[in-house]
Amino acid sequence: MKLKGTVHKYGDHIDTDVIIPARTLNDPDPKALASHCMEDIDTEFVTRVQPGDIMVGGLNFGCGSSREHAPIAIKASGIRCVIAENFARIFYRNAINIGLPLLECPEAAKAAEMGDVLEVDLDSGEVYNVTKDRRCTAVAFPEFMQNIIGAGGLVNYTRAKLQKED
Amino acid sequence: MGMTMTQKILAAKAGLENVRAGDLVECKLDLVFGNDITAPVAIDEFYKMGVTKVFHREKVALVPDHFTPNKDIAAAGLAKKTREFAKAMNIKHYFEVGRVGIEHALLPEKGLISPGDAVIGADSHTCTHGALGAFATGVGSTDMAAGMATGTAWFKVPEAIKVSLTGKKQPYVGGKDIILHLIGILGVDGARYCSLEFGGGVDQLSMDDRFTIANMVIEAGAKNGLFPVDDATIEYVREHGARPGTVYTADRDAGYIREIVLDLAQVPMTVSFPHLPDNTKSIAEAEKLGIPIDQAVIGSCTNGRIEDMRAAAAILKGRRVHDNVRCILFPATQAIWKQCVDEGLMNIFVDAGAAVSTPTCGPCLGGHSGILAEGERCVSTTNRNFVGRMGHVKSEVYLASPVVAAASAIAGIICGPDSL
Repeated sequence: MKLKGTVHKYGDHIDTDVIIPARTLNDPDPKALASHCMEDIDTEFVTRVQPGDIMVGGLNFGCGSSREHAPIAIKASGIRCVIAENFARIFYRNAINIGLPLLECPEAAKAAEMGDVLEVDLDSGEVYNVTKDRRCTAVAFPEFMQNIIGAGGLVNYTRAKLQKED
Repeated sequence: MGMTMTQKILAAKAGLENVRAGDLVECKLDLVFGNDITAPVAIDEFYKMGVTKVFHREKVALVPDHFTPNKDIAAAGLAKKTREFAKAMNIKHYFEVGRVGIEHALLPEKGLISPGDAVIGADSHTCTHGALGAFATGVGSTDMAAGMATGTAWFKVPEAIKVSLTGKKQPYVGGKDIILHLIGILGVDGARYCSLEFGGGVDQLSMDDRFTIANMVIEAGAKNGLFPVDDATIEYVREHGARPGTVYTADRDAGYIREIVLDLAQVPMTVSFPHLPDNTKSIAEAEKLGIPIDQAVIGSCTNGRIEDMRAAAAILKGRRVHDNVRCILFPATQAIWKQCVDEGLMNIFVDAGAAVSTPTCGPCLGGHSGILAEGERCVSTTNRNFVGRMGHVKSEVYLASPVVAAASAIAGIICGPDSL
């Protein structure tokens, strides 16, 4: 699958408290969560973001709380994929499970700036920065995770698995 | 090559002779749990999986501890959804307000986790239970849902970092100082995806200290933290009515990607400055800055156990909380709360001018019961000091031990007990 979108760039150690503050977790509706996404570090994100945009972070993106509300908020805000130098473990797992594509691509993450336009091929992992005319390739997902992504997330994957066992 | 403790548990739970770091394995789970924030999301996903009952009614625990006692109408709805699911699934280990405690203090206290268990919790501080020699890791709501449905979860077998403890810790230094100091060495991503395997002189650490240390390994990015099982562990498990479990020990030739020798004699009382847990300073460095505080929070899954309450009481006894400070204590479970009454600690807290809350995660995550206004500073025994974590985006959280938090509450500035 190929995507093209505008970059929203953030730094290192973006934690799930700034992605979606706990004070907003009393309403887990994805739209409600999206309306508060990133508000503690970027008050304009929710008005700036367009469907199909791409979020880019540095090291350890998504560290902190296990709240799945974080990738849910990002996905519901219209972001189609997150690219980072690397990801915190629980966030990575949650994003795969809910069907928010992630790409671990240090070169692309470092080079991208706020407002750049990227073309991303989720199948090959290729990231092309249209604004800067730079091309690089992300670390590939292990096959097992590709199966979960291919199924559209862990819910579908588990449902299919349980049906097979029956 | 041999296996680490974590690798041995994962191999056993996956029904394999051997696993290596990087292997993807599917493991049988001994406990799956969640709270009033994560469980409601998991419940929706659970039903979407097409299942109608949980894999085992005694191996799922629901602990409404975050926004309870219900902080507002929306939070009441989340608690209600959790409660109704527990009833519908006939979940044995559901804990109502009045019986509930903070999950990572409550579950071991109720004897629900044993050495050698594989545990997932929809809460990042699930790593706490590694103190019991169990593999325990935090997951999100969808993983919790799949765990409730199937009794299994997939894991990537982690690489390991060995932390060998030597030397004897100094007076007033506890588990919190040790883990903050270690996070300062590792950095907030220094153990990303790894297991942190503790060894060496762990016998001088109480179980409460071990829970505190294991609790915060996630703050270095770790998947789990693991303590070897010794007499103290076995005694704790027995005393709390848990199954004896299975004791695993690391092979002599187990592989570690890094080994840290931590001389406890060199670990000072430690404070993590805003806004990351690895931004550590010794208490001596912190005192030089004379930082005034508005609030002190003593509690949480990190430091709400009885030894933490005793440590705070020893400092607060016969003293008064500074006029400019709100000092709030959160004993982590009802049993700990009652023990505070029985041991006379409650009188000490109240006489000192401190408030004592019912068990709740409350202010730790900026939920309720101690939210900070713009520009306010809090010394807190909790586990995170991210931007906006305890309230306003321009408030600040300084992480410290109960000893330092209590001393700071009295002095009105960040300091250790020797400066009172």
